Amino acid sequence: MKPFEYTRARDAGDAVARFRAGAMYLGGGTNLVDLMRLGVAEPDHLVDVSRVGGDRIEPGGDGLLIGAGVRNSDLAAHPVVRERYPMLARAVLAGASGQVRNMATIGGNLLQRTRCPYFQDVSKPCNKRQPGSGCPAVAGDHRNLAILGHSAGLEAAAQCVATHPSDMAVALAALDAQVHVTGPDGSRVVPMPGLHRLPGDEPDRDTVLRPGDLITAVELPPPPPGRSTYRKVRERASFAFALVSLAAVLDVGRDGTVRGCRLALGGVAHTPWRAARAERALTGAPATAEEFTRAAGAELAEAQPLPRNGYKVTLARNLIVATLQELLP
Amino acid sequence: MGDVTVRVNGTPHSLDVDSRMSLLDLLRERLGLTGTKKGCDHGQCGACTVLIDGRRAVSCLALAVAQDGADVTTVEGLAADGALHPLQAAFIERDAFQCGYCTPGQLCSAAGMLGEAGPSVVTEDLTADPPLSAAEIRERMSGNLCRCGAYVNIVAAIGDVAAAGGAADMATAVTGTAR
Ligand SMILES: Cc1cc2nc3c(=O)[nH]c(=O)nc-3n(C[C@H](O)[C@H](O)[C@H](O)COP(=O)(O)OP(=O)(O)OC[C@H]3O[C@@H](n4cnc5c(N)ncnc54)[C@H](O)[C@@H]3O)c2cc1C
Ligand code: SF4
Ligand code: FES
Ligand code: FES
Repeated sequence: MKPFEYTRARDAGDAVARFRAGAMYLGGGTNLVDLMRLGVAEPDHLVDVSRVGGDRIEPGGDGLLIGAGVRNSDLAAHPVVRERYPMLARAVLAGASGQVRNMATIGGNLLQRTRCPYFQDVSKPCNKRQPGSGCPAVAGDHRNLAILGHSAGLEAAAQCVATHPSDMAVALAALDAQVHVTGPDGSRVVPMPGLHRLPGDEPDRDTVLRPGDLITAVELPPPPPGRSTYRKVRERASFAFALVSLAAVLDVGRDGTVRGCRLALGGVAHTPWRAARAERALTGAPATAEEFTRAAGAELAEAQPLPRNGYKVTLARNLIVATLQELLP
Repeated sequence: MGDVTVRVNGTPHSLDVDSRMSLLDLLRERLGLTGTKKGCDHGQCGACTVLIDGRRAVSCLALAVAQDGADVTTVEGLAADGALHPLQAAFIERDAFQCGYCTPGQLCSAAGMLGEAGPSVVTEDLTADPPLSAAEIRERMSGNLCRCGAYVNIVAAIGDVAAAGGAADMATAVTGTAR
């Protein structure tokens, strides 16, 4: 690991003031320390923000304001989250392990990096880690990589088929959460799922944030009406990243038609994937298995599976249909 | 380099540490507390689990410099006044280990887990605090791998302690030893 300087910020303003080229913010360190040990991240200065923005979870409007330093386990154990945002509690609890969730912060969870095996291996080329070096995943091990919105079709120096690994971010995308950011150019609010970006020809940029931008809080609007849940398909029953996951909200009227729905997929793209086409296809339609299948098909018609991850298209379709059926009143 | 003051198993230590050092290496290399094990060094196995301010954490991903002011309990600090911690006694009673390499992490993880409030991902009703069934214990302990496959007896041992003590008592017991 490359030597670095460590400082602990007092508050958000202090953190931004201490930030300079070559620095990185440190949350719980569960992703960053790992990547530093692998040589993937090489900051020369760490600004510890794990106690900045504190561990507040407060009412905000009709929703909730969650400090960026809140630990993942405290978010999932919070009575209001369990009661009003069960999809979010379940998504957080589906991620990592009890130990990691105790350490991991909300800000760090949103900004964790892809688990693409080539990204984590500095002996391999990777456009995300080293822009222009190529993407061995396109022809290599992409079993658990993207089927939607990737850039495998671009020239070799721009390709990237990585997925974003966060479970929590998928639920936040379905909930229209607002990410509060403060940086060298002032403060702003970034709506989910707009925090993360598709690779395009700049796969080294995971998000729309700029250097020095600090996430200070995540604001949840009031929960949408209807029943909701989070489901995650993985290779073992626990403590594994998603192959495909789904955050779903379904609101069915007395006449049996869908009044509203929210669908966000995880494990399929460079961002949490809000399935807006499926949502549109379903709204106003009868809440039946046939319509659920049709809506899932409308979304996945866009999929561009790679030679060895076509199974994800089937998995995503079946997951959408099964989860919506489970949410029927 | 950086200065850090930590209490470990009740004893305060002030050390000048390399900023790259993990809490795990600080415990093992600087304080000679080799009960805490290094398995993967990437957060994936749980062998290095300790309690930081009463909460379980993987010490391999915790930077030592970032722990200034923390109160750490390792497996060496679980037994109090010469008496085994109830979890240690239960692990022996239930034969919950073979090589023993994962055991310190399993013990610290279980001690932390028994004090944790709230549901897990397998809990049906998220608003209730569920009893610790075998399925709940398995899910909550999934961050601790055992290459010897002693899982069945590990779950049974933790189940015994959960049934005997109750989660609240365990939380006090653990924080008690940490002070
Ligand atoms: C073994 C293992 C299994 C895992 N399994 C899962 C899983 O199944 N699902 C899942 O979702 N996650 C999983 N994770 C990932 C885990 O959720 C993340 O590592 C964690 O959420 C990151 O949070 P942190 O506070 O530790 O971030 P850090 O590691 O401290 O930081 C991560 C990134 O965010 C930046 N950062 C941190 N805080 C801020 C801030 N406030 N503002 C701006 N930038 C910031 C850092 O500079 C860094 O780039 C797993 C991790 C491990 C080690
Ligand atoms: S998919 Fe993206 S992260 Fe993985 S090797 Fe290709 S460029 Fe790198
Ligand atoms: S050594 Fe820390 S989790 Fe494996
Ligand atoms: S007892 Fe050998 S690894 Fe668990």
